[in-house]
Amino acid sequence: MMRVIEGSHAVAEAVRLAKVQVISAYPITPQTHIVEILSEYCASGAMNAKFLRVESEHSALAALIGAQSTGTRTFTATSSQGLALMHELLHWTSGARLPIVMAEVNRALAPGWNIWTDQTDSLAQRDTGWIQLYCEDGQEVLDTTLQAYRLAESVNLPVMVVLDAFFLSHTYEPVDVPEQADVDRFLPPFEPKFQLDTSAPCSFSPLVTPAFYMEMRHEIAAAMDEALSCYPEIEDEFAGIFHRRYGAVEAIHCEDAQIIFVTSGTVTSTCRLVLRDLRARGEKAGLLKIKLFRPTPVELIRNALKSAEKVAVIDRNFSFGSGGIFAQEVRAALCNTSGHPPVFGYVAGIGGRDITGELLEEIYWKTKDSDVPAAESIWMGLQKVDHGK
Amino acid sequence: MESDAFNRELMYSGHVGCPGCGAAIAMRFLLKALGEKIIMVLPACCWSVIAGPYPQSTLKIPVIHSAFETGGAVATGVRAALDIKGDSETTVVTWAGDGGTFDIGFQALSGAVERNEDFIYVCYDNEAYMNTGIQRSSSTPYGAWTTTTPGREWKKMRKKNIVEALVAHRIPYAATANIAFPEDMILKVRKAKSTKGSRFLHIFASCPTGWRIPSEMSVKIARMAVQTNIFPLYEVENGLKYTINYRPKEFPVREYFKLQGRFRHLTDHDLEQIQSMVNEDWELLLRKAAERA
Repeated sequence: MMRVIEGSHAVAEAVRLAKVQVISAYPITPQTHIVEILSEYCASGAMNAKFLRVESEHSALAALIGAQSTGTRTFTATSSQGLALMHELLHWTSGARLPIVMAEVNRALAPGWNIWTDQTDSLAQRDTGWIQLYCEDGQEVLDTTLQAYRLAESVNLPVMVVLDAFFLSHTYEPVDVPEQADVDRFLPPFEPKFQLDTSAPCSFSPLVTPAFYMEMRHEIAAAMDEALSCYPEIEDEFAGIFHRRYGAVEAIHCEDAQIIFVTSGTVTSTCRLVLRDLRARGEKAGLLKIKLFRPTPVELIRNALKSAEKVAVIDRNFSFGSGGIFAQEVRAALCNTSGHPPVFGYVAGIGGRDITGELLEEIYWKTKDSDVPAAESIWMGLQKVDHGK
Repeated sequence: MESDAFNRELMYSGHVGCPGCGAAIAMRFLLKALGEKIIMVLPACCWSVIAGPYPQSTLKIPVIHSAFETGGAVATGVRAALDIKGDSETTVVTWAGDGGTFDIGFQALSGAVERNEDFIYVCYDNEAYMNTGIQRSSSTPYGAWTTTTPGREWKKMRKKNIVEALVAHRIPYAATANIAFPEDMILKVRKAKSTKGSRFLHIFASCPTGWRIPSEMSVKIARMAVQTNIFPLYEVENGLKYTINYRPKEFPVREYFKLQGRFRHLTDHDLEQIQSMVNEDWELLLRKAAERA
């Protein structure tokens, strides 16, 4: 049924439809609308689930580690400082091979206090063994959350569904909320591959010596590779029922493009319009949207970018001392291919500043007019700062 | 007391604790009293090692090892999952050391018992971070040497009174127990098992390695902690009803301290001061038991 709902509500509807059994969360702006609706659903009986009102994000994930290990489907949502507080247990979740799904609303990290969108929070967790799926609009948020459970439970790794603060979490859009019967066909009840069971006692996550630890880590690496190959199959099944498909990446006009934008999240929508305008003026521009990040779809990125003359990566995030994180990843994906295009790394929209169509167009012309990037990271729209000296 | 509790063994032989380990003795009694219908949450502590490395385990029950500070929270999740699956028979037990309870895990524990989560939290207390090599915790008693309170820097602060902190949450049941008093411990574990909501057991578990005592003195020293009023055996129901379970002979604390290498540096004056602190604590407990019994 078509409804006009917030991105946050799209997450909550998907969690309801996924028949999640245990939800655990601690409030942080801008994640709150997700968990407020879910706590109402649990209270009213719209969901047959336990809602745990824990005392921190660290405990929110710890509780899910317990609940998921006891054989139930689980969910949490957080943002920024909350995700940073969970860091230790993000590693724990993947190490324990628990298919927990989390909605992560991209918000800038303090100090200074900033509640607006910025991807550094989730990208800083890229080495924790979580699959990350970046979303562009409300429909994609709902669909991706449902897919996330299939993906997580297929490979026994946790999945983060990532959405921009406010631009997506608090924006009302028409979203097709599917029927329960259709979702049930796509996502059957959770069948744990292992669980805490008094009739078959096992010890989970015990002391592991160097004799075994390395193989266990290698199995996680293999599961990540498997996620890359099984995501398209899950999307095929999803499209068979719901007639929507997103792709690990989406390449638009990349075949004949001279300059290709690389984006993720809501800036992709703005870039689609800029692309349309540039094409209308005869410019050979293209767009590569990265949705699946960890596992990085290296082959798909290479194929999309191989014939471009230049690549312009938009990063609403920054790794200090290194650069925009998607730019690094794109460079890493291309470095072992011969004659690959130069990668221009643009840092924009940090801490929730708007990335407008005008700014993207400025990036396009800047890229077109330079043979090589002027710097590893080009910060866009910086104002002159008066330190009062 | 039923004899089956003493005959039942849910610990395989071959744990990897130190000789005379009080924590191993405490676990054995706990499992005898609880039986096999339990799921154990085991945050980082000596027992993360004592249970044995993968693929071996000394425990015949389902165990989820967890991060140091998560004893209260992981148990919350296990209980929630059992509840939603309709399993009301299985008891959830967290088994944590003093570091994981008094210090790094205190927030998650306080949060869990404030919500009155339906589980038993057991702290086996060996009065320092023994697994990492005898560093002070907020459970380390006044006067103790540890590797982080060396020489003249021996600990000058009182041991945190964890039971009273839990009692302040008005939980249904809180009690102390001691490896030298197994019948008392088993009765309390059974009482905890038959109570609903958050239950807390504080078990005094001596550590020959960290306390600098011979391994064969482990149980004797633990017994003396009760007999000197350093570690009284008592229980508190609903945060209000205090019951003192054992009226000790009130030996002077000096005898307890003189037997342990960790207190070797203390002077007569220090011991007099400690004696008056112990007396003060005991009188406070007596007042609570008398006024509220």
